[in-house]
Amino acid sequence: MSPRLLRLHDSLEKILRIKPKEHLGELTLEVKAAEYKDIAQKLRDHPDLRFEQLTDLCGVDYSTYGDRPAGSESRGVSFAAVLHLLSFTHNWRLRLRCFCPDDAFPVLSSVVEIWPGVNWYEREAFDLFGIVFDGHPDLRRILTDYGFIGHPFRKDFPISGHVEMRYDPEQKRVIYQPVTIEPREVTPRVVREAHYGEDK
Amino acid sequence: MAEIRNYTLNFGPQHPAAHGVLRLVLELDGEVIQRADPHIGLLHRATEKLAETRTYLQNLPYMDRLDYVSMMCNEHAYVLAIEKLLQIEVPLRAQYIRVMFDEITRILNHLLFLGTQALDLGAMTVFLYCFREREDLFDCYEAVSGARMHAAYYRPGGVYRDLPDSMPQYRAQHSRNARVLGEMNANRQGSLLDFIEDFTKRFPACVDDYETLLTENRIWKQRTVGIGVVSPDRAKALGFSGVMLRGSGVEWDLRKKQTYAVYDKVDFDIAVGLNGDTYDRYLVRIEEMRQSNRIVKQCVDWLRANPGPVITANNKVAPPSRAQMKSNMEELIHHFKLFTEGMHVPEGECYAAVEAPKGEFGIYLVSDGANKPYRLKIRAPSFPHLAAMDEMSKGHMIADAVAIIGTMDIVFGEIDR
Repeated sequence: MSPRLLRLHDSLEKILRIKPKEHLGELTLEVKAAEYKDIAQKLRDHPDLRFEQLTDLCGVDYSTYGDRPAGSESRGVSFAAVLHLLSFTHNWRLRLRCFCPDDAFPVLSSVVEIWPGVNWYEREAFDLFGIVFDGHPDLRRILTDYGFIGHPFRKDFPISGHVEMRYDPEQKRVIYQPVTIEPREVTPRVVREAHYGEDK
Repeated sequence: MAEIRNYTLNFGPQHPAAHGVLRLVLELDGEVIQRADPHIGLLHRATEKLAETRTYLQNLPYMDRLDYVSMMCNEHAYVLAIEKLLQIEVPLRAQYIRVMFDEITRILNHLLFLGTQALDLGAMTVFLYCFREREDLFDCYEAVSGARMHAAYYRPGGVYRDLPDSMPQYRAQHSRNARVLGEMNANRQGSLLDFIEDFTKRFPACVDDYETLLTENRIWKQRTVGIGVVSPDRAKALGFSGVMLRGSGVEWDLRKKQTYAVYDKVDFDIAVGLNGDTYDRYLVRIEEMRQSNRIVKQCVDWLRANPGPVITANNKVAPPSRAQMKSNMEELIHHFKLFTEGMHVPEGECYAAVEAPKGEFGIYLVSDGANKPYRLKIRAPSFPHLAAMDEMSKGHMIADAVAIIGTMDIVFGEIDR
């Protein structure tokens, strides 16, 4: 760990009393849904942290992940919001992960009051993963079509989708119908065992 | 007394000033914008979902199609993320080539910004001048990768091939006589590096030309000064990056602050604005073109003096050479496995960001050890910029909405992904 990263690691541990994980020079903080908003507030306002900008928020569906991220306490639930934070003052970054407690109805509190730039990112995560952000002022779909049904980036949503659109010459309008193409996998997905292909 | 209600106007998605497929629902009080609600997603192709079903190498060409005016910068972020997870070393020459093409891409992007912004605000000539210079840079893309735009040139571990020794030339046509043809091909006689060096020599004068047309132009200033002002603190909070942040006076450039490739070995300055308005952002972009030109020149000099490999020798990541593959069993197996099964990236997650021309372009990559990404999130710089459209355009006239869309330099390939 570089000295700068070590300083961030220590202040996170001191201020939030959560030990962040380090991998490839990046720190990841995993928080519980109940404390998520309070921690976000502290991350922005504490003079030793000062994360002024939320660079990115995205949903992740861990339901088909072979092995959950090492040491994760939230085994058994699928949906998480992953935030990337940036501090201009200290020039450091942090990844914040928060699992949604209930798979059937994933809810997290919105951090739009803390970082106003998160507005569209939360709409996107809602649209693509169905994560509901409690307290968001305007939680509409953003990327998918008007009237779209389902959350397309969930792992149980097929890559071909459920409906396709075409022009119907008899009805003289555009209609939706069930998809007629079968999804096919050209290159199969393979996870190799540990140390595969290494010299003995 | 008659009731006065706000008027709702639908702007786009086929409006030429919407820069692609932006549908903007404007609520107007007379000609003053009360609320702007951008509807995006008309170009949504689910690149991130598609990436989960394709191997790491197959995903690379999708990156060109995100921000389709700064192609190679997108590839750069993607290969950086893979290289970070794989923890492989990239040859120094490949890093210099990447920096050189990143800066060529930055000039390409800013030329498009300048041309279209000027066109939107009523100046036709700048557009023609900018596209003339863009053509030369596309030729550089073509010489090195075979494609004018969607290059797929950067590969995990380096770049696809070394710089070519000859430039493609214009051919004879019934409309060109021998003298004209000779003039057109005059700077294409040597290698690609000679051509780029010639470009760096004439480009500063071109930028001066654009500036004489715009910088002190009264109409241009009336249309841009004081339009879409964002304070530094607000710009940080709204998630701005790149020129949108520097135009507001925040000295922040990932090339300097969180350096990658060989940006710490080249000499350049960061341009910063003062007032955070459309005019300052224009000036910042003009200065960035000059600085990019400086970086390109330094890279050309280094690349001339230092030949060497341009892609890693690790055959688990990069294919072996054709000659070796044809004569050696081990190399043949590597080649076959790499192109049928693809490379395996160790389990883990990482975030890699580059200073793309529009701002911070980041790739968040989650791998569970398979030959395909488990989740790939693309952090597009224009996305938070367009999200601030409502705040930036409130209280401005409807004609200024066009200036604000232009100054954000948005491209829908990356916003909708």
